[in-house]
This record gives sequence, C-alpha cells and structure tokens, in this order.
Amino acid sequence: MLQNVSDFLVITKRQLLQMIRIPEVLIFATIQPAMFVLLFRFVFGGAIDSGVKGGYVQLLMPGIFVQTVAFTLAATAVGLAADMQKGLIDRFRSLPISRSAVVIGRTVGDTLQNIVTLIVMGLVGFLVGWRPSSGPVKVLLGFLFLLAFGYSMSWIGVLIGLSVREERVAQNLVFMTVFPLTFLSNAFAPTTGMPKILQYFAEWNPVSTMVAACRQLFGTQNIFGATANSWPSQNPILMSLIYMVLLVAIFAPISVRKYVRVSK
Amino acid sequence: MNSIIAHELVKTYDKGAVRALDGLNLDVKEGTVLGLLGPNGSGKTTTVRVLATLLTPDSGSATVAGIDVLKHPDEVRKVIGLSGQYAALDETLTGWDNLNMFGRLYHLNSSGAKKRAEELLEKFSLTEAAKRPIRTYSGGMRRRLDLAASLIVKPKVLFLDEPTTGLDPRGRMEMWEVIDDELKNQVGGERLEITVEANQIPEATKLVEQVTGTKPSVDNGIRKISAPVSNGSASLIQVLRLLDDAKIHPLDIGLKRPSLDDVFIALTGHVAEVVVEGGANVAKRK
Repeated sequence: MLQNVSDFLVITKRQLLQMIRIPEVLIFATIQPAMFVLLFRFVFGGAIDSGVKGGYVQLLMPGIFVQTVAFTLAATAVGLAADMQKGLIDRFRSLPISRSAVVIGRTVGDTLQNIVTLIVMGLVGFLVGWRPSSGPVKVLLGFLFLLAFGYSMSWIGVLIGLSVREERVAQNLVFMTVFPLTFLSNAFAPTTGMPKILQYFAEWNPVSTMVAACRQLFGTQNIFGATANSWPSQNPILMSLIYMVLLVAIFAPISVRKYVRVSK
Repeated sequence: MNSIIAHELVKTYDKGAVRALDGLNLDVKEGTVLGLLGPNGSGKTTTVRVLATLLTPDSGSATVAGIDVLKHPDEVRKVIGLSGQYAALDETLTGWDNLNMFGRLYHLNSSGAKKRAEELLEKFSLTEAAKRPIRTYSGGMRRRLDLAASLIVKPKVLFLDEPTTGLDPRGRMEMWEVIDDELKNQVGGERLEITVEANQIPEATKLVEQVTGTKPSVDNGIRKISAPVSNGSASLIQVLRLLDDAKIHPLDIGLKRPSLDDVFIALTGHVAEVVVEGGANVAKRK
C-alpha cells in the first residue's frame, strides 16, 4: 500500500518537474483563463444587467472557475495520449508498479496544476472587482469544491487519453465536448434565454450545478440559474457532490481497466 | 536454468483475422543472447510484448527467469528490462530526471536511484547531457538513455526490440557498441590467462589470485589458469613480476578480451549462429 502511494507520487512529481522544466506550459495554461476573465468582464460585463450586488463579475467568476477546472479533462486526456504515442505508457506498464499508479499520479498532478491556475485567476478576478462575500471558510470550501470537480473530470480524461492514443485527436475531441458543456449552462448567461430542451439540459448539466454551488459558497445570488424550481437548482451543492462521486465511481475503475489492457 | 520458455503462444489481432503468433515455442538458456529475425509483421514485437507482460496471449504459456508471465506478471516486471522501437522517455525532462524517475519506480530508494542514474549516465557517455531535456538529444543519445533506463535494476532478462531503428549509420554503430559492451559485462569481461608447466599450477594459481583478487579457474588438462581482471595491463605486469620472482616461466601469458563470438562460444558451447526463424517457428503468419 505504502509502495503504491510512493509510486503515484513519483508520477505526480514528474508532472511538477515538467512544469519547472517548461514553464511556458503553465504560463499559457494560466494566461488563457486570466484572459477569459478580462474578456468576459469587460465585453459582456457592460452589456449584461446582472442585477446582483457588485455587478456581473460576481456571477462570472464562479462560471469561469468551473469552466477552467472542467478543462482538466483536456489536460489529462492530452497528456496521457501523448504518453501513449511516445510509448511511455508501455514502459510504465513494464515496470513493477501498481496498475493504478500512473493514472492516479496523472489525475493528482493535473489537480495540483489547477491550484496554481485558480490562484492566478482569483487574483485577476479580485483586480477587476470580484469580491466573494461569504467569509474565508466558505471561500476556501468553494475552491476545494472546484479542485474536487476538476479531479473527477480528470478521470474522464484518462479514459479518453488512453482510448484515442494520439495527442492531436485527443485535443480536438475534448474541445468539441467540453466547450459546449460549459456554455450550455448557467456559467456566463441566464439559461432562460435558451430553447426549452436546452434549458432542461442546462439545468441538469454538472457544470451548472457546480457554478450554482460555487455562487452559493462565494456568497452571490445565482440569478442565472433556475427558471423552474428543479431539484438540481434547489440543491446545487448536494447535486454536484453526487455528480463528482458518480464520475469517479464510474470512470476510475473503467480507466484503470483500460490502462491494464491498453497496448500501443 | 532457462531464462525464457514459451510454449505454444498464440496471439491474434482483429478478432482472429491476423495471426501474429501461431504456436510459438522458445527455449532460451540463461546467459545467452537470442536474436529474432524476420520480416515486418512476422510477430517479433508481439513476442517481446507478450514476454514483457504488455500483451496477453490468446493461448499458450511462458516463463521469464522462471516466473510465469501470465500468472505472476508483477514478479516478471521486477526482473526484466525493456527497450522498445522508439525511445520511451519523457522528452520535457532531463536525462537525469528520467533515470531518477524510473529508478524510483523500480523501487530504489532516493539515494540509490540518484546513484544509479549517475552511474548509467557515465557508462553511456551521457554525463555531459545529463541536465538537458531529452528533446535536445540526438536520436542516438535518446536510444542510449532508453537502454540505460532498461538496465536500472540489472535485469535478469533484457528485451531489446529493434534498438537501432531510425538511427543513422553512425548512431547504429554506437548503439551496437554500447550493447556489445553491456553483453560482455554481463557475461564476462577481460580475463588474464596464463599457461604453465603442470607442477607449477598450484603456485601460479595462488599468485594470480593474489593479484586479481578472485579465485582463478584452472584447467589442468591444458594447464591454463584464468581469472577476470578489471585493470588488465597493470595486473599483467604485476603477475609477470611475481612469477619471475618465483622462478616460474609461463609457456603463454596474455589478456583476453572476448568478442561477441567468444561470448557465444563460451556460453553455448558452439560457434555463434544467426538463428533465422522468421518464417519458421518463431512466428507464422497466415
């Protein structure tokens, strides 16, 4: 057991080393969400009459946080697909390490990367007027929630990365799926403007429940959320937790199985 | 002992449409080098991948270093090294980072992994490039590092799957030299050999042992005493002096550096032959 922990920590450490060896990757991974904060804040912020205290940026920040951590899926998928392509996964599989070490190490590493990204985004948000009003404990809880969501999304990325085996394909695939998922939600605009069927989807979309949960934890009224008094919009924190548990419970075993059998 | 035994291995791809392995049998003695030759698609890589626990065969059985590949793959992984058709390394990390990481994954402790990384970098002439990311390495350097990574735990069985594919002629030559050296190290390096009169064997043996520090092997029939040495010429001079002092005049004395052929002869008892089994029983493709 102890050996298993040290195995996945070696893999996680490898990712942290990558960040140090090519800092550009982390810099771009951070600039992009920071740029999103600025663009949405100043492009949409002026046009949308949010009606909440502190303005649109209070609604925007939880949305952008969730979008960013949802993209952990992409980081994991692309990273693993690249490792597959280079034959590195084969080498790992020929080593006397536990069958879950590589994928756990990867998901944990990607989550650590999120910490850096979230700190930078939080600071940029603060600079442009984001003021969470719920007190430090709830704010911290909100960030932990975001990290946990990113971690559970990361497990979908494992399966995608090991299945497509090519960096470029993985990249296209995840962008095609994660982008719509984050926009068909309450992250940036009210869902009330969407056609009925999309509204229904947006209501149950884990991204929406996460955004609603974060708005609650950061102390902002979620006026982009519920039209109907549906269960997920009434209980966003609980619903998000259920989603996270489900994601890990479903995708972790499938992904580990995939790793055991995968073959270049 | 047999280092590899394969019995009736079958592996098919595409739901049986491609039979990569069709009842493969192998019997490889410990301390030998087995080369698999065959055209592309004849199943060489599949064989390596099955024996290295990466691929599960459809049927058949195999043991590597006496361990059942299908029943105890984890145990097999502890005693094998694998170097594939491409350098399987983390390109963003340095050579040192890579070896250190793989050392830790082979469960060497922190200082053990560092020490081994440095030894291997030195051995494969990569010390100067140690702190550079792999992506700045030439093809030949990558392959050398890849081979180094597969030798971290001094494996009992080393699998090399086309270790020179994609290298230019010079890179190829360098790579084979490195592999050649490694084989000699594994199965015996330079030896000091002297031949003396029968009645002088006991005393000469003592002197040789004194200098080389290892118990020499003695062949009474041809009156030959031989022992492995690390600093060949110095040992040779020293032994000569001692023999002279003892008034022993060797009939023959010299250093013997084995060629790959000698290694084959020493280990297999017959002249090295290239085993071409591509179309025969290594892998049949229907």
